[in-house]
Amino acid sequence: MTRYLSTSAIALCAGLGFATAAFAEGEVVVYHWFEYIPQELIDKFTEETGIRIVMDTYDSNEAMLASLRAGGMGTYDVAVPGDYMVQIMRDNDMLDMIAEGELTNHGNILPEWLDVAYDPGRQHSIPYQWGSTSFSVNRDVYDGPINTTDIIFNPPAELSGRINMLASQGEVMALAAIHLGISMCSPDRGDLQALNDLLMGSRQHWLSFNSDTAREILVSGDAAAGMIYDGFSARARIEEGANLEYAFPTQGFIAWMDNVVLLKDAPNRENAIRFMDFLLEPANVGMLTNWTQYSAGIAGVDAYLDPELSVQPERNPPADAGPATFIEVCDQATQEVHDRIWTALRR
Amino acid sequence: MAGGAASGGNATSDAYAPARGWLLLPAWLVLGIVVLAPIGLMLIYSFLTKEFRGGVIWEFSLEAYDQFFFDRGLFGDESPTIQWAYIQIFWRSIWQATLATLLCLLIGFPTAYFIATRPANQRTIWVFLITIPYWVNLLIRTVSMRFILRDQGPLNDLLQWVGVISEPLTIINTNLGVQIGLFYSYLPFMVLPLYAAIERYNFSLSEAAADLYAPRHKILTRIVLPAVKPGVIAGCILVFVPSLGSFLAPDLLGGARNFMIGSLIDEQFRGSAGNWPFGAAASMILLTLVLLVLMVLARQQARLEKGAS
Repeated sequence: MTRYLSTSAIALCAGLGFATAAFAEGEVVVYHWFEYIPQELIDKFTEETGIRIVMDTYDSNEAMLASLRAGGMGTYDVAVPGDYMVQIMRDNDMLDMIAEGELTNHGNILPEWLDVAYDPGRQHSIPYQWGSTSFSVNRDVYDGPINTTDIIFNPPAELSGRINMLASQGEVMALAAIHLGISMCSPDRGDLQALNDLLMGSRQHWLSFNSDTAREILVSGDAAAGMIYDGFSARARIEEGANLEYAFPTQGFIAWMDNVVLLKDAPNRENAIRFMDFLLEPANVGMLTNWTQYSAGIAGVDAYLDPELSVQPERNPPADAGPATFIEVCDQATQEVHDRIWTALRR
Repeated sequence: MAGGAASGGNATSDAYAPARGWLLLPAWLVLGIVVLAPIGLMLIYSFLTKEFRGGVIWEFSLEAYDQFFFDRGLFGDESPTIQWAYIQIFWRSIWQATLATLLCLLIGFPTAYFIATRPANQRTIWVFLITIPYWVNLLIRTVSMRFILRDQGPLNDLLQWVGVISEPLTIINTNLGVQIGLFYSYLPFMVLPLYAAIERYNFSLSEAAADLYAPRHKILTRIVLPAVKPGVIAGCILVFVPSLGSFLAPDLLGGARNFMIGSLIDEQFRGSAGNWPFGAAASMILLTLVLLVLMVLARQQARLEKGAS
């Protein structure tokens, strides 16, 4: 729902912006996930630099890619794709190169997030936030053990028919592959058939497919369990008082990192670089992380973080938690089978 | 309605005959840019080859239509059988849209009749009241519906407080939820044309029929309904067509668990499928269906007018 709202809001803002063309420093056009940056951080950037942030939002990596490919290039300066999507965008030549020394705060990137497989040497991107995706369960409804993907694919009677899935093909397929213990992009026919059978057999237990209402539907009680990101679940529990527990399945769960990328043909490239530099400053990233309740990939942030953040159950997997796996980019033939399964799933 | 326009046109056509082509130019321009060009583009795209992850390759291909009608198995190499998945999605949408249209007619007709039978100076106020909720964006209204209908929402609270039900009804994320959403979204599109038709109806005809001992239901079915039929047809078209393609109500009130046509097409362009030719082909098939329905209704109306004159 947010995506429809935001699009019209942005259209309005853009219209007003062009009419007044007020700020001397101009603007930076950000294509961002819904609900993913606090207003105070936006204000702080404008205060420091005089650059206005114009923002448009999306609710899945795929929707962002589709919109950019359908003529969005040249409109936006930066976007915030997840790890595997950075690779896809790089392969499709949609990202601009950040020259060495262009980002003054480049040295703040933590070494483990510097030479990532999806963007070796960080030539196009900087870390934004990282976290995990699994699912949360309403403890008022079900008090049995939840650290197993059976909760989603073979749920107990209390949860059957009351589960919300993310409307994100990549994440649903990945969790299913983790449940089966197969490789995410396995081209093996037996594996793909098993993936298909698992999802088709489990759909009877699912209530809905929604990403942008994934938190709200759990807080309101319309769903008793649902796939969700760790920070989203933490905010539902802390800010909205929902009795939710975030699961770390023994089979494993999904890890992700969102990254700010510099888009090719950025209309305000210079401002985009300043925005990225701003997002590499520990104080700013601290403010961001306290709000999103995910984790940062920048050195020196810890000093700015709320002390409660580090002890949150959503970010501290128990000892028996399975491995965290990043989503893989599949080859075309395998991806097409995944697409077929995804459509059949929602017929 | 159409008769009035036609007679008006005849009266003035001679005087403006030489200039008529020019005067129509803006209308043709608008039609060309906002109607014909996009449809033409869609038609062309539906016959192109899909590019991986969105976009098209400029090579002729029937694959999009093939994918719609034929199932070649999970791996795309089995011998083709009929593909029921998309037909099922279309059937669900048509069924939902039909139901929404009937529901709107059922509620809309008495409403329009009520308004049309008020004293002339009060009618405007009633029409005004009907339109007030529609000043708000459709998305906001659909989200509000979500809040009202949910398990712990005001509707369930009220029904439980009154004692009609003991357990909350699950409406959100069901087909019933979608149905309520469609009905609520498009009701005024039914009420307004109906009101326009009923307002022009000469009520002395009903009185005359009553004087001749026609029972009430006969007056309705034999006198009133035939007279306001153009309004009924217009209202039905205005509700049916947008309901068929809607994707807000299925997404927000139906839980997006089952695709409707609108969401299926949306997924091809904005979702992970990224299959533009298939999205275009599905749109073309939908358009053909809608045109067929409109043609049947138009023919019926033409026959009606011929019968009247």
